[in-house]
Amino acid sequence: MTSEAENIEQTPSPLVAALQREHPEWIAEVIIAFGETTIVVPREHIVAACSFLKTWPEGRFDFLADICGADRGVEEEPRFEVNYHLFSTTKYHRLRLKVVLNEEDTHVASVTGVWRTANWHERETFDLFGVIFDGHPDLRRILLPDDWQGHALRKDFPLRGYEPYSLK
Amino acid sequence: MSSATIPPQFEIVDRPLDTQMTISMGPQHPSTHGVLRLELVLDGEMVVKTTPDIGYLHTGMEKLFEYKKYQQGIVITDRMDYLNPLGNNLAYVMAGEKLLGLEIPERAQVIRVLFCELQRIASHLVWLGTHALDIGAMTVFFYCFREREKILNLIEAASGGRLTPSYFRIGGLMMDLPAGFENRCKQFLDFFPPAVDEFHTLLSGNKIFQRRTQGIGRISAEDAIDWGLSGPCLRGSGVALDIRRANPYSGYEKYDFEIPTEPDGDVWSRYMVRMREMKESHKIATQALARLQPGPIKADAPKVVLPDREAMKSHMDALIHHFLIVAEGFDVPAGEVYHPIEASKGELGVYMRSDGGPKPSRVHFRGPSFVNLSALPVMAEGEMVADVVAIIGSLDVVLGEIDR
Repeated sequence: MTSEAENIEQTPSPLVAALQREHPEWIAEVIIAFGETTIVVPREHIVAACSFLKTWPEGRFDFLADICGADRGVEEEPRFEVNYHLFSTTKYHRLRLKVVLNEEDTHVASVTGVWRTANWHERETFDLFGVIFDGHPDLRRILLPDDWQGHALRKDFPLRGYEPYSLK
Repeated sequence: MSSATIPPQFEIVDRPLDTQMTISMGPQHPSTHGVLRLELVLDGEMVVKTTPDIGYLHTGMEKLFEYKKYQQGIVITDRMDYLNPLGNNLAYVMAGEKLLGLEIPERAQVIRVLFCELQRIASHLVWLGTHALDIGAMTVFFYCFREREKILNLIEAASGGRLTPSYFRIGGLMMDLPAGFENRCKQFLDFFPPAVDEFHTLLSGNKIFQRRTQGIGRISAEDAIDWGLSGPCLRGSGVALDIRRANPYSGYEKYDFEIPTEPDGDVWSRYMVRMREMKESHKIATQALARLQPGPIKADAPKVVLPDREAMKSHMDALIHHFLIVAEGFDVPAGEVYHPIEASKGELGVYMRSDGGPKPSRVHFRGPSFVNLSALPVMAEGEMVADVVAIIGSLDVVLGEIDR
């Protein structure tokens, strides 16, 4: 079991190549670094790609391990990233999908319809980065108070906040 | 204050009591394990809807990482899942080592495995004690903390800290084990299996405990995967998934252990999985102790790993490296990694992103408690209010990790 999992991890390219053959429009870029495979997916295809990968016999990425946002920097364009960490509970391999977003338009479709666990991950990313997940059933702040101003993990948000927070 | 200035969320809305009632449980409720607040919609005593409200412990740790050097971030990880700090240390330092491409010597790997398994047992002991206490069995708590104390003493002997050890460093360990540690550890390991049997005697055969846990808070295997459950919660639904086996790290592929699973997916199953897991952890720790051979405990990377104190007194370059690492930190190659480990509560993943400097540009922790708690509404639906307490206990959540 172990050796099989290791083999798959070390040779991710057949998987990516097969995906490229079937749906080339979903793959904007493939990055292989530090033993991990990242596929940059155009924003409009993320839900289609996720639901395909979940049931694709060669991938079976049935487990969404994590969604996390990242801010590349205030001057960078596109500025924001959303990373989807996929895992297969039967084949034990991992894949990262990445969506890049411009600062003016931080909308991306929600994948809560594909994996229900995406619910809280997307709320967290919305709370801390201001990425808006269209179609999310309950997009509220999760870690910070509802009336918090700004998005705390953006690079232009100061470490100690703009002003002391108080319940008005 | 006139009524016109009351914000809409504080307005009092009258609802008739004849059908459903909304109550707030927590954040100061003793069995919510910290500061978890639940908004329960009840029909009589039956739970119709549960909405967890978290964030009371949010201290912006992920933001803080971006302002600290890599080695300074280790002490922040201790404070996330404070019952499993060595697991957090390991996930964080391994993400950093992946970016740096460091080879960790065998002895350091074995010591890491040994301490992670001891910490897993300690974490499960706190869970067992508090879970039983929530359900009404008080005695177990004292027995669990008696055993946990011995583990904390071992961790203290090696690292100097009991709850916040920060023992693992990027590139190896803080320092080698103290003299006589092997004997102390062996003494604990020899007497641990009878202690687990003692817990079984106290709890597993108890009719009240069985009635309170069997068939409560069910979740099927498909739902568990869909909700991203991991660790004992997933294995309690019959899925034999363990990151130590699936994506081995730190040499776990060389250890002989089983992955305990239970088929029912209820509170009792999750209880039995953790009880059996303590014995498996004991098995791994015993093997690790037997594997312990003398050797280096730090990687051969003088620009990253702090030099030995003795070397600093005789070698100029060691002194310079020490000064540079402490004063300026070390540069990490640009890139991003996600490193998952099997922590005591499930998959603990660290997403680390570097722009090339001595500070990370983003660190994200995928806490198992965060994801496991998000599935609580599914498990609690249709159960009694008193059973919600049992279900929270069986999820083994730590709010420090959820809120970060």
